[in-house]
Amino acid sequence: MKHHFLQIENLKKSYPGPDKDSELVIFENANFTIDKGEFVCVIGHSGCGKSTILNILAGLDEASDGIVIMDGKEISGPSLERGVVFQNYSLLPWRTALQNVTFGVQARWPEWSKDKVQEHSLRFLELVGLKGAEDRKPSQLSGGMRQRVSIARAFATQPQLLLMDEPFGALDALTRGVIQEELIKIWEESKQTVFMITHDVDEAILLADRILLMTNGPKARIAESVKVSIPRPRKRTEIIHHQDYYKIRNHLVDFLVDRSKQDITVLNPKDASPKIIDLAS
Amino acid sequence: MLKSLKVKSALLSIIFLVILLGIWEGANQAPTDTKPLTEYEMLMGGASQEARVPPPSEVIELGFKELSDPFYDAGPNDKGIGIQLGYSIYRVMVGFLLAAAIAIPIGFLIGMSPLMYNALNPFIQVLRPISPLAWMPLALFIIKDSEISAIFVIFICSIWPMLINTAFGVANVRKDWINVARTHQLSPLQTAMQVILPAAAPTILTGMRISIGIAWLVIVAAEMLVGGTGIGYYVWNEWNNLDLASVIFSIFMIGVIGMLLDMMLAYAARWVTYQE
Ligand SMILES: Nc1ncnc2c1ncn2[C@@H]1O[C@H](COP(=O)(O)OP(=O)(O)O)[C@@H](O)[C@H]1O
Ligand SMILES: [Mg+2]
Repeated sequence: MKHHFLQIENLKKSYPGPDKDSELVIFENANFTIDKGEFVCVIGHSGCGKSTILNILAGLDEASDGIVIMDGKEISGPSLERGVVFQNYSLLPWRTALQNVTFGVQARWPEWSKDKVQEHSLRFLELVGLKGAEDRKPSQLSGGMRQRVSIARAFATQPQLLLMDEPFGALDALTRGVIQEELIKIWEESKQTVFMITHDVDEAILLADRILLMTNGPKARIAESVKVSIPRPRKRTEIIHHQDYYKIRNHLVDFLVDRSKQDITVLNPKDASPKIIDLAS
Repeated sequence: MLKSLKVKSALLSIIFLVILLGIWEGANQAPTDTKPLTEYEMLMGGASQEARVPPPSEVIELGFKELSDPFYDAGPNDKGIGIQLGYSIYRVMVGFLLAAAIAIPIGFLIGMSPLMYNALNPFIQVLRPISPLAWMPLALFIIKDSEISAIFVIFICSIWPMLINTAFGVANVRKDWINVARTHQLSPLQTAMQVILPAAAPTILTGMRISIGIAWLVIVAAEMLVGGTGIGYYVWNEWNNLDLASVIFSIFMIGVIGMLLDMMLAYAARWVTYQE
């Protein structure tokens, strides 16, 4: 069996049901893998359990069953090796933009000198285009700028795995486009492994190497793994002209509109990996 | 526009003050007695005049005299108002700081641990409503020192608002910020110092402000009870001397110092306040 950087095996999350002994299964038999340096997006309808999976990977939530193996070791609890970008930015409002980044850098390398921490943090703020705004508090920044700080904080700590939960969900379309391109830039520079949740099909095609599709809950499953066969570097304005673009897009939209509702029964759910889809022509 | 509002309100304040003092002064004109003094009144040195509430002019005059030499010390019953206020401020500060040193860490504990919250809550609920002065006899009996007893009373009345506000502030730190600390693998101490403390600081400072206000209210009463020194004792002593101008001036000074103590903490609060 091939050794993958990240292996998720039979992951399940359930909550106690309304009556005793019953359980409310959010998702189960989630099996997938991510390789080093891969950018993987997850799409699914709201409430199917995407954030729950991400929080389990982050170590902030506990799975009811199944395991997550990263780099050959089972994960338990949060770790600096798994950085998180939250949807609501989660910046510390009493710290400036720069101090929010140094917060992460200091935690990551406590032995570094103050100057080194400062310099390293500033470099990542510059990478997301926030040079000049480093001394502003989050309350003095727009939503887009706050999310940039949050991205800078996560990338600056250089975790082995970066988890992003709908990072651009709260931004307007124009701002989102700009930050997406910045994200591509910083990702290409760092070759980070990324697991990202989105509800935007175009965003997923632009960013991802592979897109995981989740069926609706309860008892949601990761049903398909769609390869994005569009070469990099990608640009928003150019990828739409690629021959595979609409094939992939239609497949994704189709899934979200129709197939996500179907109760996909599998013969042997225990080792049910998502169906691999490659639409390259 | 904003500036003119400030000027207007200041002007209005002055007008109110003048009216107030005018009424007070007018109502206190010495009665123009037509009848000659009775023999008894002569004996008492015109007691009917002495017993009236002194007019503001008299109080202001005394105030200037007191403030021109606030720190004179001519024996146990004749000290400047600065010295008396100094004693009171000293007791409030010691009691308040001791209370802070205990209330804030315990508040942290209660705020972070539902177990501790549930275990300590009954004690807090019973102890908190007790008038701080009710502790005085017990304190005097156990401590056998009026000075320390007064400080103890300040300590006990300052502790509750700080304890409750700290616990509330700590318990209500946003989950997201705690998650930031967790994903950065901060130790519990680092989480407390770098995330919870700054997040809860405005609430904690509000508690400190309430505490010092209460402490300043209580010290006057406590000093009236234990005697010796302090502004509370001074007020009571001047009342026994029937020196009402001094009483009124002291009351005014109590108000001024109380306001300054509050302003001090309000200023500190500005440093830790953040906007979300
Ligand atoms: N404490 C809980 N008890 C019961 N159900 C919960 C609890 N927390 C979350 N859920 C449910 O789990 C499901 C998945 O939530 P979430 O992972 O946030 O979905 P997504 O991110 O895909 O929109 C939701 O339907 C939600 O109602
Ligand atoms: Mg979600």
